[in-house]
Amino acid sequence: MNETTKQEQTTTHKIGIYLWIWGLLFVLSFFSYMVDWYQFQGMLRWSLILVFMFLKAGLIMAFFMHLYWERYALVNVLLWPMTAIACFIFLMVAEFEYTVFTRLFYFVVGG
Amino acid sequence: MSDPKIEGYVLKPGFRGMAEDTGSDQTMFKGVHWGKAMMWIFLLSDTFIFSCFLISYMKGRGSTLIDWPNASEVFGLHVFGVEVPLLLIAIMTFVLITSSGTMALAVKYGYEKNRKMCGWLILATAIGGLTFVGMQAFEWSKLIHEGVRPWENPFGAPQFGSFFFMITGFHGTHVSIGVIFLFIYAYKTFKGHYDEGKRGWFTSMKGDYVEIEILGLYWHFVDLVWVFIFAFFYLW
Repeated sequence: MNETTKQEQTTTHKIGIYLWIWGLLFVLSFFSYMVDWYQFQGMLRWSLILVFMFLKAGLIMAFFMHLYWERYALVNVLLWPMTAIACFIFLMVAEFEYTVFTRLFYFVVGG
Repeated sequence: MSDPKIEGYVLKPGFRGMAEDTGSDQTMFKGVHWGKAMMWIFLLSDTFIFSCFLISYMKGRGSTLIDWPNASEVFGLHVFGVEVPLLLIAIMTFVLITSSGTMALAVKYGYEKNRKMCGWLILATAIGGLTFVGMQAFEWSKLIHEGVRPWENPFGAPQFGSFFFMITGFHGTHVSIGVIFLFIYAYKTFKGHYDEGKRGWFTSMKGDYVEIEILGLYWHFVDLVWVFIFAFFYLW
């Protein structure tokens, strides 16, 4: 009996938490739409987009996908590989800056 | 969380627990159903595929000298005589988040063995997904009608079309596959396969409500990818 109650506690959560996260996702999506609606530009636009994006992604993964309640062995196996993606992004940023530089150089200077 | 497989083995929390789980010479993901662990690993590989698409999009957009099309105008809709920017995409986002919420509740009711509620919520999720795919088909046909092709478009840099069709197409395929499985799982739930422990088609595994959570992981992942596509492709 003790074991079953323990099991139920770990596998189901109160409905309130899901409704809260659901509501938050709606609000955050609305905010990110407002970024476009009011036509924010430049760094303000990009930082707002990224903040809302990471908040939404974090909420979905932590609560809807239950990662917040999983053991660290699983969570770490899933999250550490993301650093490889971050490295790849840095590499490709350097790459496109170089491409755009060479294009500008040859289009303007003419080879 | 206690692992039913290992009698008398007390799991430690935090990073010490992680070290012991990983080095314990037994199952590494303790207390996690193997199907769930496998779905997570699949989602990890899928994350890499979508990352490659989005990174190549970043590289393509960053290295072109021609102006990138203004997504706000390209995806705007003309309703009641007013031009509303990005309207269709905003509605699609809300539909997908709604279906993600109903899926999360379906998983919860599944674990509570509330068969009817679980089934209806899965059905609602499937209908949300179907609506999303329908709107995407509308968006595609609208853009193709306006002359957007993978190699050219009337709005700006020619790469726009190929990235658009590739990224949203791959995501739409994921949604479509998810919708098919949602309908199948709604049927199985209503039939009570998870209460009786009826075996599936390709597996000797007995039916259990953990399968709803595995399906839920996939569905939330589809929503998660859309969060990134929405941010980078439509808003940026």
